[in-house]
Amino acid sequence: MSKSNLTRRGLIKTSAIAGAGVALPTIFTASSAAAFTNEPTGGSVTLGFNVPQTGPYADEGADELRAYELAVEHLNGGGDGGMMNTFSSKALQGNGIMGKKVEYVTGDTQTKSDAARASAKSMIEKDGAIMITGGSSSGVAVAVQGLCQEAGVIFMAGLTHSNDTTGKDKKANGFRHFFNAYMSGAALAPVLQSLYGSDRKAYHLTADYTWGWTQEESIVASTESLGWETVNTVKTPLAATDFSSYIAPVLNSGADVLVLNHYGGNMVNSLTNAVQFGLRDKQVNGKNFEIVVPLYSRLMARGAGENVKGIHGSTNWHWSLTDDASKAFVKSFGEKYGFPPSQAAHTCYCQTLLYADAVTRAGSFNPCAVAEALEGFEFDGLGNGKTLYRAEDHQCFKDVLVVRGKENPTSEFDLLEVVEVTPAAQVTYPPDHPMFAGGELGACNPGA
Amino acid sequence: MLGLNKRDFSLLLIVAILALCAPFLLNPFPADSAMAQFNAGYPDLMQRFVIFGIFAIGFNILFGLTGYLSFGHAAFLGVGSYSAVWMFKLLSMNVIPAILLSVVVAGLFSLLIGFISLRRSGIYFSILTLAFAQMSFNLAYSVLTPITNGETGLQLTLDDPRILGVSRTEDGSIPVTNFFGLEMRDTYEMIVGPWSFQFNNGYYLCAVLMLLSFYIAIRIFRSPFGMMLRAIKSNNTRMTYTGLNARPYALAAFVISGMYAGLAGGLLASMDPLAGAERMQWTASGEVVLMTILGGAGTLIGPVLGAGFIKYFENIFSKINDSVLHSWFSFMPDGLENLLVTLVHPFVGKGWHLTLGLLFMLVVIFLPGGLVEGGQRIARLFRRKKPDDAKKSTQSTPAE
Amino acid sequence: MDAIILQILNGLDKGSAYALIALGLTLIFGTLGVVNFAHGALFMIGAFCAVTLQRIFNISYETIDESRTDFLGNPMTVKTPYIEHWFGPEMGGAIIDWSVPLAILFSIPIMISIGFIMERGLIKHFYKRPHADQILVTFGLAIVLQEIIKYFYGANPIPTGAPEVFRGSFDFGVMLGFDPNAIIYPYWRLVYFAFAAVIIGGVFAFLQFTTFGMVVRAGMADRETVQLLGINIDKRFTIMFGIAAAVAGLAGVMYAPINSPNYHMGMDFLVLSFVVVVVGGMGSLPGAVLAGFLLGVLESFASMNEIKSILPGIDQIIIYLVAIIILLTRPRGLMGRKGVMED
Repeated sequence: MSKSNLTRRGLIKTSAIAGAGVALPTIFTASSAAAFTNEPTGGSVTLGFNVPQTGPYADEGADELRAYELAVEHLNGGGDGGMMNTFSSKALQGNGIMGKKVEYVTGDTQTKSDAARASAKSMIEKDGAIMITGGSSSGVAVAVQGLCQEAGVIFMAGLTHSNDTTGKDKKANGFRHFFNAYMSGAALAPVLQSLYGSDRKAYHLTADYTWGWTQEESIVASTESLGWETVNTVKTPLAATDFSSYIAPVLNSGADVLVLNHYGGNMVNSLTNAVQFGLRDKQVNGKNFEIVVPLYSRLMARGAGENVKGIHGSTNWHWSLTDDASKAFVKSFGEKYGFPPSQAAHTCYCQTLLYADAVTRAGSFNPCAVAEALEGFEFDGLGNGKTLYRAEDHQCFKDVLVVRGKENPTSEFDLLEVVEVTPAAQVTYPPDHPMFAGGELGACNPGA
Repeated sequence: MLGLNKRDFSLLLIVAILALCAPFLLNPFPADSAMAQFNAGYPDLMQRFVIFGIFAIGFNILFGLTGYLSFGHAAFLGVGSYSAVWMFKLLSMNVIPAILLSVVVAGLFSLLIGFISLRRSGIYFSILTLAFAQMSFNLAYSVLTPITNGETGLQLTLDDPRILGVSRTEDGSIPVTNFFGLEMRDTYEMIVGPWSFQFNNGYYLCAVLMLLSFYIAIRIFRSPFGMMLRAIKSNNTRMTYTGLNARPYALAAFVISGMYAGLAGGLLASMDPLAGAERMQWTASGEVVLMTILGGAGTLIGPVLGAGFIKYFENIFSKINDSVLHSWFSFMPDGLENLLVTLVHPFVGKGWHLTLGLLFMLVVIFLPGGLVEGGQRIARLFRRKKPDDAKKSTQSTPAE
Repeated sequence: MDAIILQILNGLDKGSAYALIALGLTLIFGTLGVVNFAHGALFMIGAFCAVTLQRIFNISYETIDESRTDFLGNPMTVKTPYIEHWFGPEMGGAIIDWSVPLAILFSIPIMISIGFIMERGLIKHFYKRPHADQILVTFGLAIVLQEIIKYFYGANPIPTGAPEVFRGSFDFGVMLGFDPNAIIYPYWRLVYFAFAAVIIGGVFAFLQFTTFGMVVRAGMADRETVQLLGINIDKRFTIMFGIAAAVAGLAGVMYAPINSPNYHMGMDFLVLSFVVVVVGGMGSLPGAVLAGFLLGVLESFASMNEIKSILPGIDQIIIYLVAIIILLTRPRGLMGRKGVMED
C-alpha cells in the first residue's frame, strides 16, 4: 500500500529546512519561488482522486477509485502493468512519474458541485495535489474544472458526458477522455436507422438539468437528420422517482420510439416504469414500439434488471472488447478485484496514464507544459483504438460503442453486447460546432 | 466594554482569539506526521468553519430565541451566493458590493417568506419554510437555469461584462475576488520546524465578519428585543394577552437570521466564486438545524461549535481511505493491522455519514444541551466550586 | 378523457405509497407524540426485506463448468440456488419468482421487532424531550440505518421483480368502453393499490372495531385519563409503534418491484410524507390517507404536458405549492383537530 499521508509540504520541510528552528516565512502566491502550484520537490508526487463516495453514485465512485489505485500501482511498477504495456507511447517506465513515486489522496464529491470543489480545494491546499481527477456527473466536472483552472493544476475529467464540459465550459487546464452527448447521438443515429428505419416518431423524456438538455439536443438533432420526427420532449424533475405519469401519455402520443435522456437512478426507474407499462410489447403505426437509452452505464443498468434486454444505447468502453489493450486492462483489474471494470473505471485509468505520460514527455509537472504535451496528442492502445486529444477543446476523439442489453446474459456482469463500433471520424465535429459554442479555453494557468 | 457585560466580553474575546489563531490551533500536528490527516488548518476548511459559523449564529437568533424551527434557511444562503456571483459577473471582483448585495437580497427574500410563513407556528411553520426552500431549489435546478446555471452552479466566465473591472486579466484568465486589491485566495505560509501554518486573506475577512456577527448576536441576545423574542418562545399566548403583537418581532428575527444566511452565502461565493443549487436543498437546511442543536441551541457559542463539528467531519473524515489506515497501523503485525483496518474502514472515507449519524444520536441522547453542555460538564468536573454561577447564565435552554 | 383517467390511476398509485407512509407517521405522532424522521428509513428497510429474501432464495452452490469461460478466461463457475436443487428447477424457480409477495410474511415479524426495538430502546427516552431533539435523534437514526444498508447492499438500485404473472400491463380502457390501447396499466401497480387499500382498511378496522383499538383511540384523545383508569397505555402505544413500522415496511416490500430499491429511497419519501401528514392534519389518520391520495393525484396531473406547457416547472413544485396553500387557508390541515401541534 502506498503511503498517501506524505505530502509535498511535508517533504519541503524535511528536505529543505531539515530541523532549522524557525524558517523565514514564504509567500505562497504569485511572487513565490515555486514555478507553479504544488511543484513536487521531493521523491514523490501527489495526485488527487475526487470521486463520489456517498450518495446515489457511490458505487460508480468506488469503481473509479479501484481503477485509480490500479493505475497508481502500475505507474509505480507494481502489478502486471495493465495497459501501460499496450499504450502506444512508451515514455512510462514503471518508476512512478519522472522517477517520483506516485502517491494519492482521495475525497468525496457527494455528486454536489459545492462539496466537490471543497474536496478538491483541500487536496490542493492541504495535500499538495498536482492533478485532480474523477467525478461522476457533468455538473461536478464543470465545477471542479473551473476550480483547477483558477488554482493552476491540471484537471483530468472522469465520467462526464455533457457537451458543455468541453464546450461552453471548457478550460485550458481541463481534459476529457470520456465521450459526450453529441458523439452518442452521432454514433447511435445510423444504428437506429438501420434497425428501426427512417420513418419514426420519437418521444423524449429528459432529466431537467444541464446534462439532460445537451443530450436531448444532440439526439434530437442526429435523429431528425435521419428523417425521424420528434413528437414531444418532456422534462422530468431530477428528484422524480416514479415516472408513471410521464410514461403513461407516451402510448397515445402517436410516437413509436421512446428516448430516455436519463442517467443513474433516473434511468433505472424510467426504464423500469416504461417496461412495466408494456411499451415494449406494443405496436404503434404498424411498427414495434422501441425504447432507446442514449447513455448506458453497465453498473446502473444492473439496477433495471431484465428490463434492459434489447434496449440500445451508447457507451465509452465495455469490458467485452477484444483488443489487446482492453483485454490487458480487464485482466489486471479482474484479477485484482474479482469482477470486470466499468466504463467509469476505464476512463479514469486512462486519464491517469495519459497524465503521467504527458508529464514524462513534457519533462515537467508544470501544468502548461503538461497541457501542451496533451494537446494534439495521438495515441493508441488504451482500449478505444486510435485516439486524438484535440488541442482546440481538450476532448478525446475515438471510436464510440453502440451497445444493446443482452438477451441471454451468462453472468451478472454480462449485461451489454457491443452492436457496433462507430469509427472516430463519424463522431468528430468541428470545434466551433453550435452545440459546443460559447466558451473558450482561455490561457493555461500554472498558478503560483 | 463595547456595551457588553464582563462575561459576554470575555466570551467575545475568547472567540476572537480562537478565530485569529485558528491557523495555529487547527494545525497541531507536524505536516509530515501520520496525524497530519487530522489537521484542519488549510484555507478552504477554515473559511468554511467561520462561514457556516455565521450561518448557524444567524439561525440561532431565530430558533434559539423564538423557538421557530425553520427548515428552509438554506434558501437564503443560496440566494445570497447567487447574488454575490452575479455581482462579480456584472459589477466588479471586489467582495464588498457582492457581500452587501447578498445580504440585502437575502433579507428581502426572507422578508417575503417570513411574512407568509409566520402566519403559522410550530411544525406548520417548519413545513411552510421547507416548502418554500424546496420550491426554490427545484426551480433553481431546472427552469431558472438561465439565472442559476442549474446543476453546474453559477460560475464566472471569460466574457462576463464586469462594468468596474476587466473581463479577463492580461494573461487571459478570470480575475480573482479581492478586497480593494487584496486577493482573497492569497495565502501566507509560515514554516516552523516540522509545522506549517497557512494565513489566508479570505479567511481573515470571514473571521472578522464572523466576530462582527457574533458581537451583534450577543447584543441581540441581551437586548430588550431579545427578551421579547424569548417571550415568544416561552409563552406566545400570554404575550398576546398582554396586548403585544408577537409577529413583527418574530418577523424581525426571521429577517435578521435570513440576512446572516445571506452574508454566509455571499462569503462562500467571495471565497470561491461558484454558487451551486444544492446549497438550497432541504438537506442543507437540515444541516444548519443540526449544527445549531448539536452545538447547543439558544447558547451563544454552541452554533459555531456545531458548525465546526459537522464541517470537520465532512472534510476530514471523508478523506481517510484504506491506504491511510494502513499507514497508520503499519507498525503493527500484519494480521492485527488488517483487522484494525477492517474494523475502522466502515466509519471513515465513504462511511463518514455513518459516523456522523452515530455522533448525532450520541450527542442528542447523552448531551441534551448539545456540545456546550458537554463542555460545561467537563468544566464542572474541574471546578466544582461555583457551579451555580455558571449554570445560571450559560446553561442552554433546550429548544422546542 | 382517457389521459385524465390514466393520470388519476397514476395518482392513486403514488398516493398509495404516500398514504401508507403518512399513515404510520401520523399514527406514531398521534399516539406517542413523536416526530419520527426515521420513518422513511423503515419504508426503505421494508423494500430491502424483499431484496434480502430474494438473496436468501438465491443462495447457491457453485459448480465449475469447463465448457464455458468467465470474463478472465478461467473456467466458469455456475451458480445454482439451493432452493432449485431441493425443490427442482420448476418449483424452486417459482418460489424465487414469488419472493416479493413471500417477503410480506418475512417482513412483518422483522418490521414489528425493529419497531419495538426502536421504541423501547430509543424513542421511549424522548417522549418528554422537545420535538427538535426527537427530530435530530430520529434523523441520526435514519442516517445510520441507511448507511448500514448501503454498506451491505451498495448504493446502486437492486432489481427486485414482481412475480411473472403480475409483470406487464393490461388494457384497462377496454373494460370501461374505451378504444383499445387507450388506457394501459401495469398489473403490479393495481396490485399495489389494492394492497394499500387493504392495509389502510385493516388499520382503521383494527382501531375502530377492537377493544385494543378503542383503548388506543381513547389514549390518543386523552392519555392521562386512560392511565388513571388503570390501563397500561404505554404498552399499547409501543405495539402501535410496531404496527406503524410494519405498515411502512409493507409499503416498502410491495414498492420494490415498482422501482428498484436503493438505500436512499427512504429520504426521497421522507419530506413528501411529512408534507402529506401536515396537509392531512397532524394526528389525523383519515386526513393522512386523504392527503396522500390527493397529493398523488395532483402530482400526476401536474406532470401532464398540457399543464406543463402553460406552467413550466409546475411538476417540480406542485406538492409544496399545495402544502403552502392549504396551510395558509386551513391551518389545521384537511382533517386535523384544532390545537394539535399549533405551537
